[in-house]
Amino acid sequence: MNILDVENLWVKFPTRSGMFDAVRGISFSLGKERLGIVGESGSGKSMTGRAILRLIRKPGIVTADHIRLEGNDIMAMSERQMRDVRGQRISMVMQDPKFSLNPVMTVGDQIMEAYALHANASKAETKRKAMEMLEAVSIRDPERVFRAYPHEMSGGMGQRIMIAMMLIPGPEILIADEPTSALDVSVQTQVLGIIDRLVQERGMGLIFISHDLSLVTSFCDRVLIMYAGRIVEICQADKLHEAQHPYTRGLLNSLPRLDEPSKRLEVLKRDPAWREADSVSGSVSARA
Amino acid sequence: MTAVGIPEPDKQGWREWLLTEAPTSRRHARAASLYQGWLTLKSNKLTMIGVGILVFLFLVALFAPFLAPHDPFAQELGYRLQPLWTDGHLLGTDSLGRDILSRLIYGSRITLYIVLMVALIAPIAGLFVGTVAGYVGGWADTILMRITDIFLAFPRLVLALAFVAALGAGIENAVLAIALTAWPPYARIARAETLSIRKSDYISAVKLQGAGPLRIITKHIWPLCISSLIVRVTLDMAGIILAAAGLGFLGLGAQPPSPEWGAMISEGRKFLLDYWWIATVPGLAIFTVSLAFNLLGDGLRDVLDPKDGGEL
Amino acid sequence: MSGIAIDNLNVWFSEGRDRVDAVKNAALTVRQGSSFGLVGESGSGKSTILRALTGLVPTWDGHMEAVGETLGKKRSARFYKKVQMVFQDPYASLHPRHSVDQVLGETLGLHGYRDIETRISELLDNVGLGPSFRFRYPHQLSGGQRQRVAIARALAPEPEILLLDEPTSALDVSVQAEILNLLTDLRTERNLTYLMVSHNLAVVGHMCERIAVMQNGEIVEVMTVQDMRAMKPKHTYTRHLLESSLGYKRAVSV
Ligand SMILES: Nc1ncnc2c1ncn2[C@@H]1O[C@H](COP(=O)(O)OP(=O)(O)OP(=O)(O)O)[C@@H](O)[C@H]1O
Ligand SMILES: Nc1ncnc2c1ncn2[C@@H]1O[C@H](COP(=O)(O)OP(=O)(O)OP(=O)(O)O)[C@@H](O)[C@H]1O
Ligand SMILES: [Mg+2]
Ligand SMILES: [Mg+2]
Repeated sequence: MNILDVENLWVKFPTRSGMFDAVRGISFSLGKERLGIVGESGSGKSMTGRAILRLIRKPGIVTADHIRLEGNDIMAMSERQMRDVRGQRISMVMQDPKFSLNPVMTVGDQIMEAYALHANASKAETKRKAMEMLEAVSIRDPERVFRAYPHEMSGGMGQRIMIAMMLIPGPEILIADEPTSALDVSVQTQVLGIIDRLVQERGMGLIFISHDLSLVTSFCDRVLIMYAGRIVEICQADKLHEAQHPYTRGLLNSLPRLDEPSKRLEVLKRDPAWREADSVSGSVSARA
Repeated sequence: MTAVGIPEPDKQGWREWLLTEAPTSRRHARAASLYQGWLTLKSNKLTMIGVGILVFLFLVALFAPFLAPHDPFAQELGYRLQPLWTDGHLLGTDSLGRDILSRLIYGSRITLYIVLMVALIAPIAGLFVGTVAGYVGGWADTILMRITDIFLAFPRLVLALAFVAALGAGIENAVLAIALTAWPPYARIARAETLSIRKSDYISAVKLQGAGPLRIITKHIWPLCISSLIVRVTLDMAGIILAAAGLGFLGLGAQPPSPEWGAMISEGRKFLLDYWWIATVPGLAIFTVSLAFNLLGDGLRDVLDPKDGGEL
Repeated sequence: MSGIAIDNLNVWFSEGRDRVDAVKNAALTVRQGSSFGLVGESGSGKSTILRALTGLVPTWDGHMEAVGETLGKKRSARFYKKVQMVFQDPYASLHPRHSVDQVLGETLGLHGYRDIETRISELLDNVGLGPSFRFRYPHQLSGGQRQRVAIARALAPEPEILLLDEPTSALDVSVQAEILNLLTDLRTERNLTYLMVSHNLAVVGHMCERIAVMQNGEIVEVMTVQDMRAMKPKHTYTRHLLESSLGYKRAVSV
């Protein structure tokens, strides 16, 4: 059963030199699985995630044949209904944690606010829950972090705080935009473990946006590879290294490798034909 | 890099030159960003109404001697309290037979004078106090912010009244009094902005080039605070005009023969029941100009708000 | 000795119950012309070591030495010229209202250069940005382009030491490859010394000869890149880190 069905999604920005298409007619579905989206910077990964929550900023325009969340079309919902969807049913960890946290409010207050918006709990209960989440994302010394301001956090701590905030309401779908790019590999493994458990145990759907190809290979089930607003290839994650598309190959080859040292890294050479090729559909027909 | 591509003379060429993503010189870059801000501003209809009114006010003030049909101070006691649309006195005359339209036109100069003076003094003082307090921190912050709090604790007009009472009535003192009461909110805003800016990586980066606090405050922090201050000042203009009018009304601002709008209302008040227009016309003028500044402020916020400008 | 030498370094923040001992008793040396990696747990004090070195954190004690100077509370003008830093987040390290030209121009001006015009073009050339980028503002640049500007700014005073705080973690792999190649070239051309923080072991392995592993404010192990590639850790945390770097599933099943 698919939780989310996206059909022919476009994100456009009117610019002064004409219309800029950030996402150009992509289709995919999400089941109770870990779906990775990879692609170079500017390929439209974040815009895809934001479009699903209808969070594209003002001049931007989102069109789609439908974005179905368990049968209900998100495109047809009112702004009021959207507010119940956001956070409650679909959460998103934004790409830039420092930008998304309020610089003049303590970390604890922000997490408590996120929880209070979705649950009617007493202050003590909220605080307990917030501390629990901080511990869950393996933050040492959560007591101190609770009272601290965002600028006192290291890069990776900010990222984990965002994840904690987004997981508190227990969403059906989590869209994670580069959630672990500032984490060391071992904390990353722990944080992914929490997300993974939610997918396995609660049947949460995960859209995992990342540029870390080796991580996506080992963590996700399926991967969409995006280029210039389109999906150029879809792979089973563990078969990513067998990918055919020259773009995917180029990305894979530009990775430095611990086991095979080289003097210089390969740099991707782009082919204008990639841009024009049709988008591959990432939908899996509902296996009811 | 000095060869600026000479733009084609036709209109389309200029437009493209201004809209480029890849400017070719410092001047070009500045012109392009100004033009794009202007385009954003222009796309907001209400803002353009505000701009229109203010441009009109400006022109009126500038050409007052040519526009005014009469001398604003000339008294014609035989023509006292004429109603609207009287021949030769479009908006009627006041209790001393002076032409209201002419007084209104000359009064726009005083209004603009007050507004510009306050808009220059208060935000700059606030910016100074706020950024220094926010950047230096410690005891400097504590002292400066306590002073700010003391000023904020009094209602603005009451404080302005106290200052005018101490300094003596008159237009310069009214400006000074209003400016003295208007700076604390700006200091607050500037300090808050500074606090969130000073820890950022780009400030650390200039520190690593050996830049001192003076340079960081003036070159790196001010440009970021100024936009939110400009928005705030335009939105506050209405309040400033009203405060000036209020002082005029209470007889503590501009002094009698002067055609200051608040003072005009004050004079008209005695005749309000029988000759309502004498107080209403300047009242409407104050209202219109305040509204215009508010509309402009709303539009400027869309253009200048750094939160939307920086990203993507 | 003109590389970096750190001994007995402690760095802390705040006092009282919120005191954090971000770095405890750290020691490391980086020879001139070599490249040294710092890896470890998130929040373990990697960035803090770099910031303490540059004087951005005043609360430290111990011994620090760089470019032949013993560092005290204040840094000399010479230090600022010889030691430069590239920050983790290219979105946060450029002033949003300053064009590339202003950023580089100001830096050159602060270091007392006169021929600013020609130097700016040269710098942009060095980091592979064309002259068309010169008058752009940060919001007109992609993440990779911003990071190049940040590197150009760091190169402006012709430094000997570059401190790199996760220079590619916010960038996608194709841009990462470009930036890493650029850094490799610059180092051979100018005999630079790198102290590089990263959580990507493959990146550190590609760039550095020696690597220090940090956990909870302490340096638990200093190893050579050969040992790292051969997966020969001495400390249990290092082993844990190396195993995690193999990927998610494998790390979980270990
Ligand atoms: N307000 C806007 N106006 C015009 N173009 C925009 C706007 N916002 C985003 N874009 C463009 O949309 C495209 C897709 O951006 P998006 O943020 O989705 O990239 P991404 O794949 O997430 O890249 P990254 O890995 O760098 O985060 C980019 O080319 C970007 O320049
Ligand atoms: N300005 C500050 N005030 C208080 N505590 C701080 C401050 N800056 C950093 N810290 C604390 O110091 C510790 C080390 O932070 P640091 O930024 O050095 O970590 P890091 O190793 O760079 O981690 P990451 O890989 O996540 O960036 C953290 O616990 C952090 O909360
Ligand atoms: Mg993105
Ligand atoms: Mg760090």
